[in-house]
Amino acid sequence: MTDLLGWRSRLPRGGPQLAALALALAANAVVSPDFFHLLLRDGRLFGSPVDILNRGAPTVLLGVGMALVIATRGIDLSVGSVMAIAGAVAAAGVAHGLPWGVSIALALGAGVACGLWNGLLVAIMGIQPIVATLVLMVAGRGVAQLITSGRILTFDEPHLLWIGGGAIAGLPVAVVVALAAAALVLLMVRRTALALFIEAVGVNPQASRLAGVPSRAVLVYVYLVSGLLAATAGVLAAADIRAADANNAGLWLELDAILAVVLGGGSLYGGRFSLGLTVVGALTLQTLKTCILRAGFPPEFNLIAMAGVVAVVLVIQSPAVGALGGRLVPRLREVRL
Amino acid sequence: MPPAELLSVRGCTKLYPGVRALDGADFQVRAGEIHALLGENGAGKSTLIAILTGVTAADGGEVRIEGRPARPRGPAQARELGISALYQEGALVPNLSVAENLYLGREPTRFGLVRRRRMEGDARLLLAAYGLQIDVTSPLGRYSTAVRQLVAIARAADLSAKLLILDEPTSSLDADETAMLFEVMRQLKARGLGIVFVTHFLDQVYAVCDRLTVLRNGRTVAERAVGEVSRAELVGLMLGEASAGAGYPARRRGAAVGPAVATFRGFGRRRRVAPFDLQFRAGEVVAAAGLLGSGRTETALLMFGAETADSGEVEVAGRPVKLRGPRDAIRAGFGFCPEDRKRDGVVGALSVRENIALALQARGGWARPLSRRRQADLAERYIKALDIRTPDAEKPIEQLSGGNQQKTLLARWLATDPRLLILDEPTRGIDVGGHAEILKLVDELCTQGLSIYMISSELAEIAATADRVLVMRDRRPAGLIEGAAVSPEAIMAAIAAPPGEAAG
Amino acid sequence: MNGRNLPLAATLAVFVAAYAVCAARFPAFIGTRVPADLVTDNAFLGVIAVGMAFVVISGGIDLSVGAVMGFSSVLISLAVSRWGVPPMAAFLLAVGLGTGFGAAIGAAIHGLRAPAFIVTLTAMFLARGAGFLLTTEAVPIDHPFFRTVQDLAIRLPGGGRLGAVSLVMAAAFLAGGVLLHATRFGNSVFAIGGDRRSAELMGVPVGRTTVLVYAISGGCAALAGVVISIYTRAGNPLTGVGVELDAIAAVVIGGALLSGGVGTMLGALVGVLIQGLILTYIDFDGSLSSWWSKIATGALLFAFIGLQKLIVQLPRLSPRMAGA
Repeated sequence: MTDLLGWRSRLPRGGPQLAALALALAANAVVSPDFFHLLLRDGRLFGSPVDILNRGAPTVLLGVGMALVIATRGIDLSVGSVMAIAGAVAAAGVAHGLPWGVSIALALGAGVACGLWNGLLVAIMGIQPIVATLVLMVAGRGVAQLITSGRILTFDEPHLLWIGGGAIAGLPVAVVVALAAAALVLLMVRRTALALFIEAVGVNPQASRLAGVPSRAVLVYVYLVSGLLAATAGVLAAADIRAADANNAGLWLELDAILAVVLGGGSLYGGRFSLGLTVVGALTLQTLKTCILRAGFPPEFNLIAMAGVVAVVLVIQSPAVGALGGRLVPRLREVRL
Repeated sequence: MPPAELLSVRGCTKLYPGVRALDGADFQVRAGEIHALLGENGAGKSTLIAILTGVTAADGGEVRIEGRPARPRGPAQARELGISALYQEGALVPNLSVAENLYLGREPTRFGLVRRRRMEGDARLLLAAYGLQIDVTSPLGRYSTAVRQLVAIARAADLSAKLLILDEPTSSLDADETAMLFEVMRQLKARGLGIVFVTHFLDQVYAVCDRLTVLRNGRTVAERAVGEVSRAELVGLMLGEASAGAGYPARRRGAAVGPAVATFRGFGRRRRVAPFDLQFRAGEVVAAAGLLGSGRTETALLMFGAETADSGEVEVAGRPVKLRGPRDAIRAGFGFCPEDRKRDGVVGALSVRENIALALQARGGWARPLSRRRQADLAERYIKALDIRTPDAEKPIEQLSGGNQQKTLLARWLATDPRLLILDEPTRGIDVGGHAEILKLVDELCTQGLSIYMISSELAEIAATADRVLVMRDRRPAGLIEGAAVSPEAIMAAIAAPPGEAAG
Repeated sequence: MNGRNLPLAATLAVFVAAYAVCAARFPAFIGTRVPADLVTDNAFLGVIAVGMAFVVISGGIDLSVGAVMGFSSVLISLAVSRWGVPPMAAFLLAVGLGTGFGAAIGAAIHGLRAPAFIVTLTAMFLARGAGFLLTTEAVPIDHPFFRTVQDLAIRLPGGGRLGAVSLVMAAAFLAGGVLLHATRFGNSVFAIGGDRRSAELMGVPVGRTTVLVYAISGGCAALAGVVISIYTRAGNPLTGVGVELDAIAAVVIGGALLSGGVGTMLGALVGVLIQGLILTYIDFDGSLSSWWSKIATGALLFAFIGLQKLIVQLPRLSPRMAGA
């Protein structure tokens, strides 16, 4: 019915998203001809594409978690703060002489605890997601500063430094970790029935409950995963700058994560999600930012460009416009927020 | 001289894709009368009201108000024409105070400032005229539905309404509250308003209405003075004559009735449905009959754990079980196809395959996924077995017709290999062909040893399929008709029996 | 007690109790000096909270206010110190732009049927980016007018100085309070926040009200930019990062329901003062760090959200029937 022109059958799934990434990459190549120039030094690849992957790693992690949350018609505003908390825990851990493994485990555990808190507020207390996660968004940074005693906590633990600057198979550790985590989550939801449950709850919570889907558990689960991934991103970010900066770690990254989901074609109104395309969306975002910098625009221009991109996506996704024939974006439904 | 027609609707037609919601309906309301608008779901009442209030436009026919043609576009214009409609919850804003609700958009002001004192004084006076003394500064949401409705009525009447449409205002009121509402309705009638009263309670029609109009399948089947119609006649008009159902082939009953599958004793929930007893044996169809709002759907919701019962017990295959939620019911081997498929049944954007696999997968848990292959096989099997017409199993279910959606939901439960299937209005909104197919399926499933609980407003359909019929009236069981005694006439008599009189 | 005022009462009680604790530990809290500073230092947040109260009560959220405030402060500083625009004209220009920007946000939310948070998020990027495009660093304002205004103050007995900016805040709260609680427009805002569909059916102009609500919020944010430019005598594109969260928290702590339909202007004011009080206490203590303010704000936020959940479950009132 919404497919008068047969767009959906003609375009492969994810076509527009991959095209957007290709376009962003091409724009980069135009702006700086040596963009695709890669260099192998000391067993690590160097070059702009690698930088994009490296810088985009936290957004990829947050985006994957956010995609699951948004698929259930929720939102997780606290991911930036959770990053700060996790970074602080990891740094404080090694500063107190704990082994690096234990420190990282504690940091990830903190992320799980944060996710559990959000999930319980949403699923059990029935608080709107935006309100529930706002609490941790506000308080989380305070908690992070509490852990670092308000200072920028630097560290020189070799394993953490390796996470920040080392390489696995030529790629920066952060890139490998982010892509591996994304793949792991993908396997976890698609190789089990979780993906089906998440989408069912997002599309029609009432019908899902009557079909026996454990909707509360599903909600707690997605916030939990989001918290865990945010904590992973927090450890990566801290390792990258060799310090835990409770004030600035992950600041505004929750917005990048939401944008990654939206750019990946996910609907803000819940339902179908694609983790792969969310990763593509996160990388597109990072490529765009790089392009703006390379083109000689001040970095501030990033914000305006991102606003422009979201505005376009919003107009296309809008149910009001959809009624007129926004056929590029499938799954237009009545807004039930 | 006959009383002036306040509202006159002639030959009103409205088409929705695939459905003729109104098919030349006529409807007249006089000033100073309470007029009952009756009919089962899908009869066209809601569409008619939507047209009168400007929510939707008619495709044909004419509407006249006091003799002048009227075509309201939107609720605001309808209100200017003097038509106000109140829905069940009384379409007001719960967080505003009672006074603010009464005067929203027309607050008395001086120099642009709302004169709160004056507004509250006016509100008190206005409500006092209806015998209502409440704190008008409290948020409306803190009051009962009855008060909210009276406030909504007071607002509408104060907005110089000529025609007031009350859509099922009594469905969540208790007896005292209903009496209070009737008193107000009589007052307004005395003031010369025309009142359209939509209800499913026949007693109320006789208690307060002057005339009545019955719609069925989009057509007006009767317009009479209330005194001229007996209860039995009225039920017959609403549900259709028994002979209309001659087309359904009768099921061979009692052929393969096995042991008891599930037994409900004293099952009920306060304010929803009075305790009822029901036993299901393998290979048996038990039906629930009754008018809309009689509590028939509530029995299904309790039995499936969608609402928890606060009295009674359940035994499944001889063992007591607790139904704290749908998951418990599914574990006990129950399946449920709800009345409102779109809201409670289908998961619209997901494919036919996923919709079929959902309940089985939910019972199996997230960790043991049905492989894509297994899901596809399952879908393929049921698409063939139930003849679900879809180009392939990957089509989003929302793009299927109502009948095929219903069959997909049936497939969802059959895939769980249930003992007891609860079907609430399984043939509603489904064309004639699909209708017969679903009844045939019900028959086949019974032969395979399933128990089926079927709720329906089509008496002929019930009479053709059911081994036993639970008749519901006013949210309580009003009789059980068994075996050879099951006939449309017997069911109708039980439904129409005046209150306090058990049917037999 | 009529349910509606319970959150406001709780907010007031929290403020009074907190102030008493502060006064018990630090005698300086008694007198006019600290209260006057409390108001003056938080004037910018107060002005933003006025606009945010309208937005939250209408059932929306506005994440762009911090960025709009930053943009407005930069615009004013550049206009006055580089382009030679008279200060009052610069103020008018900034507030006018902010109001127009807000109106556009409201129109987008209503027209596109898009969630408010994502639209205002986009607006935040836009405003922040525009501020950075004007300048990337702080611009000091060296204009006699600003010095004069800064020196303007009401001297209270006991040494307190109520700065000019606190008067701006007071005026904003007064005007906002009247508009919200004593006009038809205010009732429409409450109605939309309570039940948008019913409000529409009852004839409330939903589109116009939505546009106005966000226009007020944008205007208030720009006015907060005026306040901060006077207060700091500078414009900085980084000003107001995170202020939107403080403003939302103030409104919620003040008893507003984030899902809309409930709240008071007085509550928002007290919410701002509670946040200011926490910071002042930390300041006085000296050993505590400012991060505690965030934790305390988060805890209060959670407490008030919980309180609201409880109030929703209060028992129904029953009517007294006359002659029935």
